[in-house]
Amino acid sequence: MDVQSWTLLLVIISFTIYIGIAIWSRASSTSDFYIAGGHVPALANGLATAADWMSAASFLGMAGLLSFTGYDGSVYLMGWTGGYVLLALLLAPYLRKFGKFTVPDFIGDRYYSNITRSVAVVCALLVSFTYVAGQMRGVGLVFSRFLEVPINTGVMIGMIIVLFYAVLGGMKGITYTQVAQYCVLIFAFMVPAIFISIQMTGNPVPQLGMGAEVLGEEISLLDKLDGLSTDLGFTAYTDGSKAMIDVFCITAALMVGTAGLPHVIVRFFTVPNVRDARKSAGYALLFIAILYTTAPAVAVFARTNLLETVSDQPYEDMPPWFQKWETTGLIVFNDKNKDGLIQYVGDADKNELTVDPDITVLANPEIADLPNWVIALVAAGGLAAALSTAAGLLLVISTAISHDLIKKQWKPNISDRAELIFARLSAVVAVCIAGYFGINPPDFVAATVALAFGLAAASFFPAIILGIFYKKMNKEGATAGMVVGILIMLYYMLKFKFDMFGGGSEEDWWFGISPEGFGTVAMLLNFMVSLVISTFTKDPPEKVQQIVETIRLPKNAGRASSH
Amino acid sequence: MDTKQKKATAYWKENVRYLIILLSIWFLVSFGAGILFKETLNTIKVGGFGLGFWFAQQGAIYVFVILIFVYVRLMNKLDKKYGYDE
Repeated sequence: MDVQSWTLLLVIISFTIYIGIAIWSRASSTSDFYIAGGHVPALANGLATAADWMSAASFLGMAGLLSFTGYDGSVYLMGWTGGYVLLALLLAPYLRKFGKFTVPDFIGDRYYSNITRSVAVVCALLVSFTYVAGQMRGVGLVFSRFLEVPINTGVMIGMIIVLFYAVLGGMKGITYTQVAQYCVLIFAFMVPAIFISIQMTGNPVPQLGMGAEVLGEEISLLDKLDGLSTDLGFTAYTDGSKAMIDVFCITAALMVGTAGLPHVIVRFFTVPNVRDARKSAGYALLFIAILYTTAPAVAVFARTNLLETVSDQPYEDMPPWFQKWETTGLIVFNDKNKDGLIQYVGDADKNELTVDPDITVLANPEIADLPNWVIALVAAGGLAAALSTAAGLLLVISTAISHDLIKKQWKPNISDRAELIFARLSAVVAVCIAGYFGINPPDFVAATVALAFGLAAASFFPAIILGIFYKKMNKEGATAGMVVGILIMLYYMLKFKFDMFGGGSEEDWWFGISPEGFGTVAMLLNFMVSLVISTFTKDPPEKVQQIVETIRLPKNAGRASSH
Repeated sequence: MDTKQKKATAYWKENVRYLIILLSIWFLVSFGAGILFKETLNTIKVGGFGLGFWFAQQGAIYVFVILIFVYVRLMNKLDKKYGYDE
């Protein structure tokens, strides 16, 4: 069978499973819709969180990014896993004990203010929308590349599938489809990685193969890659080119941003008790770590393969995958010195080849000559990763509208049934908006994902942490902190990413920190403003201080409710 | 302060102590070994890796996973000790 038939077969099988699960787990109340009724077992929640977390960017993009940035890419590896330690130790157990439906719920109640709640809702919507557009685009890309349908048709198919199980099943449907999607995506990621590791080093464990000796040579793979890179004028793979302070700040911003992302936090509302909230955070990170420790190995294999295949080789001798990706414009060869050989070097004036990092994972099985079903499997895995994350984000968006805005602020007396209808309607609207951005992607998608993390770090994280660990934090302090944090973050991003407010280049960065890392500074500022303002304003009411006392004790978490 | 209140305060104190210890390790393996002291650690080679590079791309992640499961164990014990378990 050829690649396309295999892909079609695997995509149809996996989609049938997702839809079957959605029909089996329909939501019948708002509690089902928002938090899967609050009785998801810890293991299932761990699997679902992992699928929710690992997006098209993790699955398709990260190994490529690492492959082209070497050590500098470590910020993503540590940043996107270390956040789970913060989540497990500082947030998840207490938010679960608090027992409501959403993050703005916690902020609104803890800070006894609808203004604070509204600020939180705006942040949640901003973060989730910037994130979801990229996911729909990812779905479209996979469809267009492997099934040769136009990219927009791909986005539409993805929309219909997500619509189906998100609207029907809400969190309940999403949770169990995500469990299935995790299994698909991890299998799809590991199989080619193991194959290639055996091919290159003879070691079937990619995490070990990454450092092992190259088969038939007396040199370790990493040393060989460092040598190849420096010979061609690139930075040595295991050395970075970013400043240490920037690496430090980006890592911190991604960690804290991870812990502040609403679609991740809300997953911990779905387990029965505090004990399970802690445990499922551990499972989640374990399942994420399987992919995140394999990705750097894939990156090293792919980079070595690429350099060896193309460097100083005649253009005519390139294997078929080279031409195939050339037609998509993701590989571009420009024979500057007309010698018919490919010069792929660090010096921009002499370099003749540009390779889009995004193709690394998709092209890797072809480059390594793996069987067709493996290539098709990667496509199904990419779809699973994109769909699971999109669904989780859409749920946060629809909950923010139906619960945080309509139920909590606009129509408090609405019945559960009516609220459920609103929740489903908001999900439909959210899918359509996401689909629109998928078809007409704003050219700043890549930049806004970093913005999403920065915003989450600058807004939610300090407000939640102080809400739990500092009893005297009041609404004045928290609101001022969130507003200052978000505004300064937005200002910095707009100035240095979008050339507004006079723009500026790398030399103008404050303290040498890039916009991606600035979330750390904005977060610290949020903490400081909150603490200073709260000392000059009134203490929170006795009742609120009582709430803080109770969420610190794990017993009797009960089922989450809206009351 | 009644005994119930005293118990709650003592529980919280122990909890915070665990957090400080575990988060110090969290900081050391990532920001410490993976970033600040990376160059020094890279002079030590283990299994084909420079140790600093290994921490940044592998080791820190393994330690993170272990940290959470250690925390789960410690807290389950603590809950039991104070009678907050379910």
